Amino acid sequence: MKLFPNAHCLICHEIILNPIGWGAIFSEEKEQFLCKTCEIRFEKIEGETCQICGRMLSYLDENFRKGELCNDCIRWEEDDQWSGYLERNHSIFIYNDFFKEVLATYKFRGDYVLAKIFADYLKVFLKKIKPDMIVPIPLSDERLYERGFNQAEALIIESGFAPTQLLTRVHSEKQSKKSRMERIHIPQVFQVNPVEIKGKAILLIDDIYTTGSTLRHAAKLLKESGAERIQSLTLAR
Amino acid sequence: MRFHVKDDCLFPVRDKEKETTIPISQIPIIPQPTLNLNFVFNPDLQLLLTGKQLILDDLPFTLEEIQKHYENGYVTYRKGIEYIRGLPVCSRCGNKEENWFAQFPCSRCGEICLYCRKCLMMGRISACTPLIGWNGPNPVHTLPESILGWKGRLSDGQQAASNDVVEAVNNNKELLVWAVCGAGKTEVLFAAIESALALKKRVCIATPRTDVVLELTPRLKAAFPGITAASLYGGSEERHLYAPLTIATTHQLLRFYHAFDTVILDEVDAFPYTVEESLQYAAVQARRPESAMIYLTATPNEKWQRECRTGKRAFTTIPARFHRHPLPVPRFTWCGNWQKHLKKDKLPANVLHWIKERIQNHKQALVFFPHIPLMEKALPILRQLSPDIEAVHAEDPDRKEKVQKMRNKEIPLLLTTTILERGVTFPNIDVAVIGAEDDIFTDSALVQISGRAGRSKDYPDGIVTFFHYGKTEAMLKARKQITVMNHEGIRRGLIET
Repeated sequence: MKLFPNAHCLICHEIILNPIGWGAIFSEEKEQFLCKTCEIRFEKIEGETCQICGRMLSYLDENFRKGELCNDCIRWEEDDQWSGYLERNHSIFIYNDFFKEVLATYKFRGDYVLAKIFADYLKVFLKKIKPDMIVPIPLSDERLYERGFNQAEALIIESGFAPTQLLTRVHSEKQSKKSRMERIHIPQVFQVNPVEIKGKAILLIDDIYTTGSTLRHAAKLLKESGAERIQSLTLAR
Repeated sequence: MRFHVKDDCLFPVRDKEKETTIPISQIPIIPQPTLNLNFVFNPDLQLLLTGKQLILDDLPFTLEEIQKHYENGYVTYRKGIEYIRGLPVCSRCGNKEENWFAQFPCSRCGEICLYCRKCLMMGRISACTPLIGWNGPNPVHTLPESILGWKGRLSDGQQAASNDVVEAVNNNKELLVWAVCGAGKTEVLFAAIESALALKKRVCIATPRTDVVLELTPRLKAAFPGITAASLYGGSEERHLYAPLTIATTHQLLRFYHAFDTVILDEVDAFPYTVEESLQYAAVQARRPESAMIYLTATPNEKWQRECRTGKRAFTTIPARFHRHPLPVPRFTWCGNWQKHLKKDKLPANVLHWIKERIQNHKQALVFFPHIPLMEKALPILRQLSPDIEAVHAEDPDRKEKVQKMRNKEIPLLLTTTILERGVTFPNIDVAVIGAEDDIFTDSALVQISGRAGRSKDYPDGIVTFFHYGKTEAMLKARKQITVMNHEGIRRGLIET
């Protein structure tokens, strides 16, 4: 047994070197999962963001936004069927190539331990938002068996919070194979489990916000079932 | 996955009734039903599973069908992760390092389940994952009338080695073929492969590098025209093809188990085989218990060289190239603190002179640098001599195009890291190493680098110069290995004098 095992970066597997300083000596030791090289390859969402979906507005052409909202969200909000259900989405990272790769290893290869990396960032948001219930977007039974775990639920657990299983998936086809129009027009994909949610503030958790249709489907259903407000938190946008 | 154990047989269950079922990792000895000869097995499953160790997600068959074959003795289940003295070992890749395992709440077995991160990219193996194999008869294939279609002739050196390889293959022995760069190793294997195939043995040629698989496949298909050959590498289409002759990267061997009667391991000293224990484990797992193992290399490591000298390892050498000219012997030239020169955007005078000479005489050259940043610093300096000079390294997206341009003689000089130390052949080049003292240039790297010069029979000579800031042990060893081989070649009459 090693007395002082070296921490290895969960992504590149290099040994994590810590600069020794007063901070390291006096502060409580925190488990480290990432080396500096990998850490800086994640790009955080910063600065001006769309007030609904949370995307960075600085990367968006002037023609694709109006004031504090992006055109996508304006389009959602103009549609009576969808307006007002999802109050606000928060996202942590920009969906860059590095994130894409790490997420694919986590979700499709099933490298559960990578949830620990994301959990560090997630915690901060969960503490700030303080919802009544934290609800993971569910997988179908079939997909859950295939992957072995629900990637959204794992994020909540590894952040040290308790997930509430409010939703069940009824249809199971892969989302990523569908276009935006197809995603919006599919019949209800979720059903609500029998839990009292009247007047509750709910935070939905998913790995990425792409078109926002999954989250809006869930939000609409929960709000119609009595929830007071629905926000969402995803790793990337 | 959870199983129900009953009457010496396992039954997989999808629900997680914990009282009556257990995950496969907790079953002490996995029962194997006896082979039911009256059972009609699925020949497609046979072709796919023979000599393999796959997980359910790899198999385009239902669990019910696989289970039926297990119950009749045709399929085996093994534990994905074995506990040996209480410590986990991945059955597929042999990983036993604690920091390469992690755990998760598994929805397949409903418990906290350990998984291997080392071979994750080939599909996750966790403690509850069964590794599925074949226990029925081997597929039958018919042999063409003549197996070997190659009509070339071997040099005397090749012939002697070829005879030794045939002997080792026929007697299921291990043999190291220590052949100099450019000896013509591939042809040396033909007689032995023919002899094995004739006895309906299954042969695999494995190498650490995909480039080599891609290069070998057409050559072997041409040499054995009537034989099905499967070419396996990451992303290849022939992943599920059963073939008497398999050409694969060492990574792909992770999916095989007790499959081959003859394994030929090319470039045993090349990255990543040498540093990845899992690949060495895979090569051993892929062999049948009774099988031959042939190692090929131009540069065996020190341990192996010692074992050869002390008679602990069976080996044969091909000390000379097929064109019967000696190997170019590297010259050592001191070039001072070249890194300091580079910092001032300069190169040592003798290095510049060497390069200028090549450019003026229109002689192409490969120039090796120890690290990418140093090479990139040197590139603009050298481009002042000729704007067409290029530099290449492992992560260069244009690597293939640049190598091709060098082959087409469109560039006078190619700067490179050790990525081009082996496997590439340019017919008429000189070679220089800048900073040969760097640790990255091991003796085997330097022998391989020297082996890039004088490859073709039309241009059997080439100049090899090591520019250095202090001679190293590795440089001396490399030069010694080359001169020893040249002497042996002369002694055995394999080199024209």
